[in-house]
Amino acid sequence: MSQRRAVAIAGVAESDFGSVPDKTVLELHAQAAVRALADAGIDRDEIDGLCSAAGADPLHVLQLAEYLGIQPAYLDSTMVGGSSWETYVEHAVLAIEAGRCSTALLVYGSTARSDVARRYRSADAALAPRGPNQYEVPFGPTLISKYAMVARRHMHQYGTTSEQLAAIAVAMRKNASRNANAVMRDPITVADVLASRMIADPLHLLDCCLRTDGGGAVVLTSAKRARSLRKPPVWVIGMGGAASHLSMAQMEDMTVSPAVRSGAAAFADAGITPRDVDVLQVYDAFTIMVLLTLEALGFCAPGEGGPFVEDGTLAYDGALPANTDGGGLSSNHPGMRGLFLLIEAARQLRGESNAQVPDARIAVCNATGGFMSHCSTIVLAAD
Amino acid sequence: MNDWYLPVVDSESEPFWRAAREGRFLIMCCRPCDRPFFYPRRYCPRCWSDDTEWQQVSGRGVVHTYSIVHQNPAPPFSDWVPYAVVLVDLDEGVRVMANWDRAAPLDGLAVGAQVEVIFEPVTDEISLPRFRPVSPRP
Repeated sequence: MSQRRAVAIAGVAESDFGSVPDKTVLELHAQAAVRALADAGIDRDEIDGLCSAAGADPLHVLQLAEYLGIQPAYLDSTMVGGSSWETYVEHAVLAIEAGRCSTALLVYGSTARSDVARRYRSADAALAPRGPNQYEVPFGPTLISKYAMVARRHMHQYGTTSEQLAAIAVAMRKNASRNANAVMRDPITVADVLASRMIADPLHLLDCCLRTDGGGAVVLTSAKRARSLRKPPVWVIGMGGAASHLSMAQMEDMTVSPAVRSGAAAFADAGITPRDVDVLQVYDAFTIMVLLTLEALGFCAPGEGGPFVEDGTLAYDGALPANTDGGGLSSNHPGMRGLFLLIEAARQLRGESNAQVPDARIAVCNATGGFMSHCSTIVLAAD
Repeated sequence: MNDWYLPVVDSESEPFWRAAREGRFLIMCCRPCDRPFFYPRRYCPRCWSDDTEWQQVSGRGVVHTYSIVHQNPAPPFSDWVPYAVVLVDLDEGVRVMANWDRAAPLDGLAVGAQVEVIFEPVTDEISLPRFRPVSPRP
């Protein structure tokens, strides 16, 4: 079925996450990197590729290399928001296939939660009203309101309800209940979501992801090296990316995620269809993001995401297990969550998840960056 | 005053904000494509021609979608909650973001509502577009 098996995920790890006020941003990167290398059984001297982005600092990847005491030949700090890490996978696979890099470390760390508590940053950092942003920032569109406008349009066009969006949050919480590290583990109901306060109508508090501290790391290496390691390789078999827009008024169809293109490319690359997918890791900054992604990837028809997610479809024991760690809605969300999708997908394909899907062979990670602005889709296969 | 959110006018946007001060809504049009676009920029986003020109529009349109913002910690928006951000499809064929006129009741806001623009002077330099229900024709 699959063609591309030249590069594998060899190691994955999270740093401490949740509320971690006693660690710096770079310390969280290092902690995750050390743990991921230990998971892989790879020595730091083998790392010749480093892929990372942080929120504000354009030279972050150089600072990180220095902090870690490494001087890699291959660097990637492509910044497209939360989907940056899936994009790094695509780039690193091509680099390793081309022989320009042998082992790449993808790593992330953030103290988003503690920074707000310390008043280092606002809870809702606004863009500057310059360039194209001058036509939107003056109207106070918060990040959440941008997704709320997407949700409102989907509701208008297809009759999608707040109850259906809430079902997504409920399923993520059920999955988180299996994950001892998840920040929010107490079960919730659709009524709980609807009763939570409105943040940006029609999105309630519980339609929105957490804000946590935390980091993670993923080690990618060649097939040859991966086969010599103690854990089974997790193969990268499909990759696709797609840019859409940055200004909300420039989103061509507010009900269609760019995953419609990144997913088609990645599924074709892997030679799979949605029916082949055993477990899905989908960026869930907001419930509506999940719904649009499900439609775009072809798990249901356009407009049918609402009925599709009712009845626990996305729970670990549902028809399409998704975000089996609890996702950004219930496990952790330190600002840009794409890396964590890869970590949980790899665990599923190794049989190591806390909410293991029986005999999971194919996992899909779909990350969304910006404001439904960019998607990257990665298809992974068990050995 | 707290004006961090106000547009930083540049050479591409100056005509738009000058017209806004005069109560006129400008978009741009590509002559080779014979199609309008927004936001304003020198090169047509469809064909990259620089044969583009400003076009004054009616300011009338239809609400494509909206959100009522209940939480925004940044002033002045923190003082305005709940306020509405709207995306409006102008009759001339472009989509624009603005606020719902805070003088108009929020319950008049709906997807598909017919709206018209007004400009609210915020400083001597900047007037911001607001949309409100189309007033009854005389």
